[in-house]
Amino acid sequence: MYHKFDVVIVGSGGAGLMAAMQLPNASVAVLTKVYPTRSHTGAAQGGVAAALGNREEDHWKWHMYDTVKGGDYLVDQPAAEILTRDAIDAVYELEHRGLPFNRTEDGLIDQRFFGGHTRNYGEGPVRRSCYAADRTGHMILQTMYQSSIKNEVRYFNEFLVLDLLINEGQACGVVALEIKTGEIHTFHGKAILFATGGYGRAWRVTSNAFACMGDGMSIAYRRGIPLQDMEMYQFHPTGIYKVGVLLSEAARGEGGKLLNGKGEYFMERYMPTLKDLAPRDIVSRCIVQEIKDGNGIDGKDYVYLDVRHLGAEKIAEKLPDITDFARNYLGVEPITEPVPIQPTAHYAMGGIPTDIDARVVLDSQWTPMPGFYAAGEVACVSVHGANRLGTNSLVDLIVFGRRAGKHMAKFIEETSHVPLPANHEEFSREYVDRLYSSTGGESAAHIRSELQNEMIDNVFVERTDEGLRHALDKIADLQEAYKKVQLQDKGKRFNTEMMEAIELGFLLDCSEATIHGALARTESRGAHFRLDYQKRDDVNWLKHTLAYRGTKAHDVRLDYKDVILIDDPIFKPKERKY
Amino acid sequence: MNILIRIKRFDPERDSKPYWDEFRVEADPIDRLLDTLNTIKWTMDGTLTFRRSCAHGVCGSDAMRINGRNRLACKVLMRDVGNKVTIEPMLGYAVIKDLVVDMDRFFEKYRSVKPFLITYDNEPGTERLQSQAQREVYDEGTKCILCGACTGSCPSIWGNPDWVGPASIVNAHRFIFDSRDQGAAERLQLLSRKDGVWRCRTIFNCADACPRGIPVTDLIEQVKRAIVYGGPEEA
Repeated sequence: MYHKFDVVIVGSGGAGLMAAMQLPNASVAVLTKVYPTRSHTGAAQGGVAAALGNREEDHWKWHMYDTVKGGDYLVDQPAAEILTRDAIDAVYELEHRGLPFNRTEDGLIDQRFFGGHTRNYGEGPVRRSCYAADRTGHMILQTMYQSSIKNEVRYFNEFLVLDLLINEGQACGVVALEIKTGEIHTFHGKAILFATGGYGRAWRVTSNAFACMGDGMSIAYRRGIPLQDMEMYQFHPTGIYKVGVLLSEAARGEGGKLLNGKGEYFMERYMPTLKDLAPRDIVSRCIVQEIKDGNGIDGKDYVYLDVRHLGAEKIAEKLPDITDFARNYLGVEPITEPVPIQPTAHYAMGGIPTDIDARVVLDSQWTPMPGFYAAGEVACVSVHGANRLGTNSLVDLIVFGRRAGKHMAKFIEETSHVPLPANHEEFSREYVDRLYSSTGGESAAHIRSELQNEMIDNVFVERTDEGLRHALDKIADLQEAYKKVQLQDKGKRFNTEMMEAIELGFLLDCSEATIHGALARTESRGAHFRLDYQKRDDVNWLKHTLAYRGTKAHDVRLDYKDVILIDDPIFKPKERKY
Repeated sequence: MNILIRIKRFDPERDSKPYWDEFRVEADPIDRLLDTLNTIKWTMDGTLTFRRSCAHGVCGSDAMRINGRNRLACKVLMRDVGNKVTIEPMLGYAVIKDLVVDMDRFFEKYRSVKPFLITYDNEPGTERLQSQAQREVYDEGTKCILCGACTGSCPSIWGNPDWVGPASIVNAHRFIFDSRDQGAAERLQLLSRKDGVWRCRTIFNCADACPRGIPVTDLIEQVKRAIVYGGPEEA
């Protein structure tokens, strides 16, 4: 079936919906493979940072400094300026749309501490995170969806996008599978926005939803668009042991502390100033170090998150959801017992390279592809550099989702629809038909499980040349096996086995680019920590990785792009201490 | 533990009517029921169909009828279900395939109660003020994840498919009682109609079904009082 719109948005999380809001005079289709309110933005707990100064003095430039330093200086600094300046207006916009923020005694938006956010360029923690209990992402998603009802945005729920259409060097549409019927649809647009989120499901232990399969990144990558800084993947320190479900950094923002098997609050030893509120990459590495030193609980591979000293009342008021998770999934009562945690795959700092208006750029020269936009976790602006600060993901969504929407609004005024390329559904139809008719005998679930184990064994918090090479060989084998995936469900109607098989292909692509970036980067920076190259190397590696797909797992081509610095001594790269 | 899972199956492409399928599965007591459904799908029967996404009770995808009660499969642990579990699609919705039900009507009803902030004043340059007490009044309703478990558990919906249902009323309540909102009268008028709040018979199934612990029936009662007494202030 053929559909024509001015703007086609793929993904209905915070970035996609924020963009849709900016287009009241355009025809807009939002394609989502779930229902909009099921998007993974809804799982974000802690808050959204903006230097409102409602609790104490704060400035966007302090926020910018924290973002740049938190990202271990791999951040493009003009983008970080936009992120932190626009954050203030964007948070007010959310409030005006009805977001039920917690309030101060004076009725202002309340703010609390969060990892890596400091006053006066690193002096000490600052209350910058605006929040709605520990369900801030849920409230952003609900509020945006509610606003979109008012604006009459057209949704295509449970549509899985398979391909990006490009003609005459411009993006002009997408092809999608309607899950309910198995039908193939073409959406023809003047502007296409990918807001499809991350790929945490590549790891066995992850905070990410089943939907987070790297769809948008992989689809772009297959069409010759590079993926940037994919080696920069964040492992959140406090996932529920074995399950991976997140216990928000808000727990530490409210005063929670990490405890090892010797009964020691060990972060004080590593990071004397910020302690448990040091950025996530550092805290995760400290946990892994404690476990290696035999300081895990009973010598095992986990430590505790301790909130007992906060008291029952504060826990119930400020952290209701995460205490519920601990009770439900571990049978642990956080008011009286410490909670077993381990680092969990959480967030892609890398993704589809974009400029500050969310336009996708194709190379180290910043050449844009007209009509193609990306925003949110799928994109790499880059505001998170080598490590994202807590609460900056929601800021990214609302700021760059909004900028994408505003830029598209102008772009569609100045342009007309580019014709679709010839045989535009051919790739997608062949892909789906091959899966239906395959008799290769391989199981997608089995391949995915092998991938997830390999990624946690060799592409996790600590990396080595040997481990990464092992992972790359493994990916090559799994990609071969993937060609032989066979389905049991041959039906057209709501075929989730088909869907999972297609998504596995996405995960394999994203993992491949991640490993190549990590293997080449012979330094340690932010979330990318090499046991064999433990120092940051600004002389050789203050640059972004661009990975271009080849024909096989080993054939990926790498290029590099300069990090953009601004002329201000405060932001000059220096050693990162907290 | 070894568990017998009975699942009501139906694929309209293949089956003339629903039937019961059985699987015997090894599970850990602290596995989620969703983990067990995945084990079946990934190792035994790839055709078994259900929705899931976040897997920890915040996205609302996997609401289903588990041992006769609507629950999220990702919030039910195996140790809590006994050694024999019966799983069906939620009642009150058309079945698309196996445990997947058609949610389109549900979302239409949700949209019909104007679940968005209505204001007629100019926006201030910064935030609107709201006291902590004003914020507290509508807090419960903001927890709703639109999973549909309450609506699918309600006998009034089973009898009157056109009824707006508990989830919609909870979301109307969230705005009616928000001090920043100026659309209470419009919503109360919508909800005072035949298919509005009055079809609620205070059965409390909805409150039992809610995976977010929202006191759904209480909120519906507050909306009823607001209609009778002419606005949220008087309720």
